[in-house]
Amino acid sequence: MPHDIEHDGAALADIHRHLHSHLPPEPALRVKALESLVVERGLVAPETLDAWIELYSEHIGPKRGAQVIARAWVDPDFHARLMDNATDAITEFGFEGNATAHLKAVENTESLHNLVVCTLCSCYPFSLLGMSPPWYKSAAYRARAVREPRMVLAEFGITLPEDVELRVWDSTAELRYLVVPQRPEGTEGWTEDQLAGLVTRNAMIGTDRDLGPGVR
Amino acid sequence: MPRTFAEPWHAQVLGLAQLLVDAGHVTPADWAQTLGAELTRATRDGKPDTEDTYFSAVLAALERVSAEANITPRDLESRVEAWRHAYLDTPHGQPVRLKDGTDR
Repeated sequence: MPHDIEHDGAALADIHRHLHSHLPPEPALRVKALESLVVERGLVAPETLDAWIELYSEHIGPKRGAQVIARAWVDPDFHARLMDNATDAITEFGFEGNATAHLKAVENTESLHNLVVCTLCSCYPFSLLGMSPPWYKSAAYRARAVREPRMVLAEFGITLPEDVELRVWDSTAELRYLVVPQRPEGTEGWTEDQLAGLVTRNAMIGTDRDLGPGVR
Repeated sequence: MPRTFAEPWHAQVLGLAQLLVDAGHVTPADWAQTLGAELTRATRDGKPDTEDTYFSAVLAALERVSAEANITPRDLESRVEAWRHAYLDTPHGQPVRLKDGTDR
């Protein structure tokens, strides 16, 4: 039975092009072009982008921040250093980085809760907490964390009593924040590693409050 | 555990921006201002409040700060086209290279 040879030929060419082109989506192509230009002009060394991506995809995450919090819970001297100058204190772990800029630790108490946002863009202590979660970068969170923070907390499942003061810290390119949650009750004698396991990423941003063995 | 980056280019665009800041070609304050302006523009234009919109704003901001580092829009458009042709002309499975032999 005779085929429409011309039609088949065109279809085959199309399939062929599809299989062989693997053309990336437009934004990916633009990023690729920018990368090749900045490397060619010596603005960034050739292998550093791959290394950066591997570092932030595989190695740097909120476990770092959790280790810092756990140390602050068990070691009063470190706690004092962290509250006095967090930028310096995290160098004891090697967690400093340009991407974190200056860091300030803000501590929750029975009568105070701290919440961190970046209203301008998405400044975040990357070298300590890894990549920020999608909601942190959303327009809704950036606007509402300042305008109606208690409602935002409620949506994260935190009902903050009226008599607990709520402070919202607006991050900048130069200064970023780490919330130090309260140490949960019933964790006396726990090791730093055990305690670090209780510290959630959201608790260090302030969208989580009550940690503990009984909580999760 | 969600993946750190939903798309490879999300990681690449953020990484490039951060590396330009780390290398001192862009100040942290300039980067934050530029990204903030692009995010505001996206909201004003009624773009959906999604990760894709966020990373598109990061790309737009990166293009703007790159222009300040003497990578002009014309340089960029011509390099985008060069890569587009390189991808279209390269058989699957082989490394994609520009005609002049560079691979980045």
